[in-house]
Amino acid sequence: MVDFGGWSMPVQYTGIIDEHHAVRGNLGVFDISHMGQFFAEGADSAAWLNRLLTNNVDRLAVGECQYTFLLNENGGVIDDLIVYRVGETRYLMVVNASKIDEDFAWMEGQARDGVSFENHSAHYAGFAVQGPKSAQLFDSFFSGKYSRPARNEILAVEVDGLTYFIARTGYTGEDGFEVFCPAERAVRSWNDILRKGAEFAIKPCGLGARDTLRLEMCYPLNGSDLACDTTPLEAGLGIFVDLHKPEFIGRETLAEQKKHGVKRRLVPFKMTGPCPPPRSHYAVFKGDQKIAETTSGSLSPTLKAGIGMAYIPTEFARINEQIDIEIRGKRFPAVIEKKPLHRVGSTAN
Amino acid sequence: MNVPEDLQYAATHEWLRLDGEAGTVGISDHAQAELTDVVYVELPKVGAQANAGEQVCVVESVKAASDIYSPVSGTITAVNDALTAKPALLNTDPFGEGWIFKIRIEAGEDIEHLKSPAQYREQLGSADAGGEV
Repeated sequence: MVDFGGWSMPVQYTGIIDEHHAVRGNLGVFDISHMGQFFAEGADSAAWLNRLLTNNVDRLAVGECQYTFLLNENGGVIDDLIVYRVGETRYLMVVNASKIDEDFAWMEGQARDGVSFENHSAHYAGFAVQGPKSAQLFDSFFSGKYSRPARNEILAVEVDGLTYFIARTGYTGEDGFEVFCPAERAVRSWNDILRKGAEFAIKPCGLGARDTLRLEMCYPLNGSDLACDTTPLEAGLGIFVDLHKPEFIGRETLAEQKKHGVKRRLVPFKMTGPCPPPRSHYAVFKGDQKIAETTSGSLSPTLKAGIGMAYIPTEFARINEQIDIEIRGKRFPAVIEKKPLHRVGSTAN
Repeated sequence: MNVPEDLQYAATHEWLRLDGEAGTVGISDHAQAELTDVVYVELPKVGAQANAGEQVCVVESVKAASDIYSPVSGTITAVNDALTAKPALLNTDPFGEGWIFKIRIEAGEDIEHLKSPAQYREQLGSADAGGEV
């Protein structure tokens, strides 16, 4: 167990590599109760959210969600999050655990008329069920009562008179669901998932596998790959930024970057020979010149090679560009690759 | 937690199997469990001088890199090359096929500072959960 943003969480249950393979090939479940949940409600909530977030909530029908960013005035990332339209004028935001207080304070501090904005993080537990068998597990719970939400949809289901939110979202690249239930139902829901999931050989998974899975997909981790001095455009995530919106916090910087191009880009790399796993904050070299520092790194259990990401100056940020990563004083060769590093469904069952 | 009786232990979780003036060194069951899946071992060089209590090689798990400290001073006489291709041996067989290096112990080297199995078991019993390797 380790401290993660103030929470005591398991790095692993049976082994990082074992859990990683379970999710890619079968079914795994993560406790994501540490994450935060905010609700915004009111006639002006969409307009208000559109002034604070980069993506365009007007695109969301009720029951749909989108990945988006909360930026500071310089266009830097405060947090990445998913916003779900759960009612006509009601939105749920799921934010990173380590940023709950900061996100809430930032958003609450932005003037809004008639929009109620509340932090319900303490009231919700969460579980991420991920893997090719996820849909079958959903059906074993809800077949006949609810049909599966489609990818990026959220369903409010009633369990014993309480509302559970079930979204077809995830951080692993596999099919899956993120379930948000009332906190008092946490232990029972976890046990129910493991019990019904036993039929599909479900495995509980910890932080270690969560990191290796998301890194293979090149999904960014706030605090590592995203920071208050990096923009979504530099991170290559411009599709989640709607510059057609006339106004949102950070828009000016992003519009400039769009116009003139970014000076550095977040790219994934793969180690090309036997070496220790790359990790974050390792120096990246082009020849003898240090050009960057890694933001993330690990061993990819699926690719069986070291992988990572770094903000590389644009002139070197090309696919197939050879670089070196300095690992504990020695340099090892790597190559910049295309995102994602792993294509879901490409591994043999 | 497996703590074989025929070994001596360092507080930093390495074990030493004595065979006259020669020793074999590895990491304990506790250490491999703390490390989680070992994915890379940086073996020491044959012929290198090792000093008791000093870092002699590095073991990497998915989670983190960990320094391994030599329990005794001496000269490294052999290293377990099998660990290069199969670093997971440290997890699956830490006291057998997961041995890391053999060492010719320096004359006059005092191994009294190492722990007996009972003393090491006591150390594990009083250790905090999640202690460093």
